[in-house]
Amino acid sequence: MISMPDEYQFSQKHLLGLADYSRDDIAYVLNQAERFREVLDRPVPKIPTLRDKTIVNLFYENSTRTRMSFELAQRRMGADVVNFSASASSVSKGESLRDTIQNIDSMKMDMVVVRHKSPGVAHYLTRCVDAAILNAGDGAHEHPTQALLDMFTLQQKMGSLEGLKVAIIGDIAHSRVVRSDIIGLQKMGAEVTICGPSTFMPLFPETLGAHVSYHLEETLGWADVAIALRIQMERQSDVPSRIPSLGEYHQEYGIKMEHLEMFPDLKIMHPGPINRGVELQDAVADSDRAFILDQVTNGVAVRMAVLYLLSGSIEAESSSRGTASERPSS
Amino acid sequence: MTQDVMNQTFERFAMQILENNGSDSTPALIGMQSRGVFLAKRIQSAATKLSGIELDFGVLDITFYRDDFRTKLKMPEVKVTDIPFDLYDRDIVLVDDVLYTGRTVRSAMSAILDYGRPRSIKLCCMVDRGHRELPIAPDYVGVDVPTKENEEVRVRVAEMDGEDAVDVVEMTKDGGER
Repeated sequence: MISMPDEYQFSQKHLLGLADYSRDDIAYVLNQAERFREVLDRPVPKIPTLRDKTIVNLFYENSTRTRMSFELAQRRMGADVVNFSASASSVSKGESLRDTIQNIDSMKMDMVVVRHKSPGVAHYLTRCVDAAILNAGDGAHEHPTQALLDMFTLQQKMGSLEGLKVAIIGDIAHSRVVRSDIIGLQKMGAEVTICGPSTFMPLFPETLGAHVSYHLEETLGWADVAIALRIQMERQSDVPSRIPSLGEYHQEYGIKMEHLEMFPDLKIMHPGPINRGVELQDAVADSDRAFILDQVTNGVAVRMAVLYLLSGSIEAESSSRGTASERPSS
Repeated sequence: MTQDVMNQTFERFAMQILENNGSDSTPALIGMQSRGVFLAKRIQSAATKLSGIELDFGVLDITFYRDDFRTKLKMPEVKVTDIPFDLYDRDIVLVDDVLYTGRTVRSAMSAILDYGRPRSIKLCCMVDRGHRELPIAPDYVGVDVPTKENEEVRVRVAEMDGEDAVDVVEMTKDGGER
């Protein structure tokens, strides 16, 4: 458990990004997630907490893990779930995002989980509808539930986030996970180093607020935990020559068994899906020092906690003078 | 109700619970967050003193199962649930501080049934203050206190509140004490 001030009260309406959440907000979500984690181990892993809620999962981009994890979290809490994917919908007939969401809102949705390729879509939706909005990834901006589940796993496995040294390795420029991870981890008192080839770094990488390194071994030696990022092949089309080849990337920046031997306390995480033999050697991904599958299980618990906490804000919202256009207070 | 009376009540509970035990296995105590947990612990140690038997003990939080949490202004914090034994075919004694409308107990029964299929569930409460809204009756009662709707019954335990006591407080309309 992370210590909290006694008088703390959770008052967020949406989860757009961790930039809007204070240290105490994050600590509260992580503490509550522990209770939901316990539910997943019960003989009947189902609770009626959200049985009066209807949630739409609005996925404009492909996703397996995040979408399954959200849907499982929603169903475990008894919510009614509607799934929407852009490829098989009216979007292919030319409907705009605003029209789609307003139609969905007319069907009385309480919460919207959204993934979109454009940064800021989640924020835009808060101005279109009254529902609570959960960002499941907007472009290369934020992916807050991934960062929350990373922090939950780190807290669970390493005991504390305070003073923890976390290295994030790989395609920094294209990664929304990096942004949320850096913001969240630093608020919780951890130190972050980003590492990768210079062609994978954004312009002015220092502005992300983490240490910057281009040397894998040096970074792994410094870190308690390394989070390897996926090389996002689907986003490489504009610049096909950021790396000479996947094999060469693996040679220079892939985490291999020799690293685990060299640094016996180093632990490994990965947001998935893994490109085996690229960012992680096969044996590394399968070793007992990798928490990758724990991350997946914990993801459901963390998403349940977020859904639970935000479901309370819907009532508070409709009963007070607040409107959907207000920015969440941080 | 004073500390001495409460201690006698714990002993009586322990005796009654052990006496009523018809099955092969011993009954198990489940305390409801928050004060029921400490009451159940006291009953457990009283039973150990009496018989040398250590009753199984669990902690239950019913936030997930409440039917009223959305009508309250503040989102309730979810507390620990920890039932470290198999409920299957066991006799369960559910321990709570104050029995009022019966809705909390209804939620607790739903929660327990999600953990397994106990042989029976019995209800033990320190205070029965009446005003039931559901068909629920206690099996072991510390004290019956006829109350008015605008009164509040407060059970205090040393572990949380610094002292053992039961008080009835009359509330004014705005929620203050009279």
